[in-house]
Amino acid sequence: MAKVLNVSVVAADHRVWSGEAAMVVAKTAEGELGVLPGHQPVLALLAKGEVRVTLPGGERITANAEGGYFSVAADIVTIVASQAELV
Amino acid sequence: MGAQLRIYRSKIRSAQTTKKITRAMELISASRIAKALARVNEAGPYTEELSKAAALVAVHSNVKHALTTEPAKITRAAIVLFTSDRGLAGAFNSQVIRSALQLETLLEEQGKTVEWFLVGRKAVGFFAFRRRAYLGSWIGETDEPQFELAQQIGQKIIETFFTHEADGGVNEVHLVFNQFVSSITQTPTVRRLLPLEIEGKVEDPSIPAPPVLRAEYEFEPNAATVLDALLPAYIESRVFYALLQSAASKHAATQKAMKSASDNADKLITNYTRLANNARQAEITQQISEIVGGADALAS
Repeated sequence: MAKVLNVSVVAADHRVWSGEAAMVVAKTAEGELGVLPGHQPVLALLAKGEVRVTLPGGERITANAEGGYFSVAADIVTIVASQAELV
Repeated sequence: MGAQLRIYRSKIRSAQTTKKITRAMELISASRIAKALARVNEAGPYTEELSKAAALVAVHSNVKHALTTEPAKITRAAIVLFTSDRGLAGAFNSQVIRSALQLETLLEEQGKTVEWFLVGRKAVGFFAFRRRAYLGSWIGETDEPQFELAQQIGQKIIETFFTHEADGGVNEVHLVFNQFVSSITQTPTVRRLLPLEIEGKVEDPSIPAPPVLRAEYEFEPNAATVLDALLPAYIESRVFYALLQSAASKHAATQKAMKSASDNADKLITNYTRLANNARQAEITQQISEIVGGADALAS
């Protein structure tokens, strides 16, 4: 079985989305950062913009996030923003 | 109808109307408790993730931050007091104000000057009545606090924390709020917010093998900038937590107060009904004896 990422998108007052994904692309202060399973641990600040999550089936989920950070550790991806919503 | 009877009847009616109102308020707050608790739960993941991340940065880098550094000498402290906007909640407001005042006494004994931030109209009223000064207040949103309110409060706190003591700044911040324990119990809680003591364990099963990770962890753009952005967010989430706890406690306290008010109204109605029956019976007895007396007078 191919490795997957465990993704959760969390806003200040609710959990926006959580589930498994094949790839996550987020916009950080220094540019876009793509994460595949097995990525090195990262803690990055999010710039205002969208976060794209590609599901194992190939579908895509897009979320708008603002004012937060993005952490990757052992295939667990957490996107935490004070404001976040699915598009 | 006799005068006495009329008085009792009007008292019964008034108790019944009061009971209708208190019963309605009891039901409303009962439904709001559930909603407020759901919001506490929904805000949980955010707070959790933030404290995890803050702990991570603290462990994996050697960055010192002004918000986490314990000053050599604390001379001025601030208390953020969370009350409600409306009363009718039993001891809810008085107990939290009392424990804030105890904290003030304690801090003053340690030689610190105390400044105040007030949340909720009840705290503002308390201070206005005693003509006491405060640095800032927020009213009108305590029943259903939004995150924006927490952000405003958090920013004001950080701003004051970074102001020099001579210009009215503080170097310690405490939160005093009602913690929701159960629908029956809400305890006033004192938490020190600043300087931050980062909570949360890094030995989380989801983040394995710290020695290996320690070298590898990458911060973007760098650890100091990440910490700069994380800590204010962390403070806001702590304030938001206090707001939500206070809101849930307020609804629970209102429900309890209104329940006992309804019960009390019930008791009053029972008592007055008894007295009214008594008066009615006395009136009938008097009428009968008058008729009998009249008939006797005519017959003789």
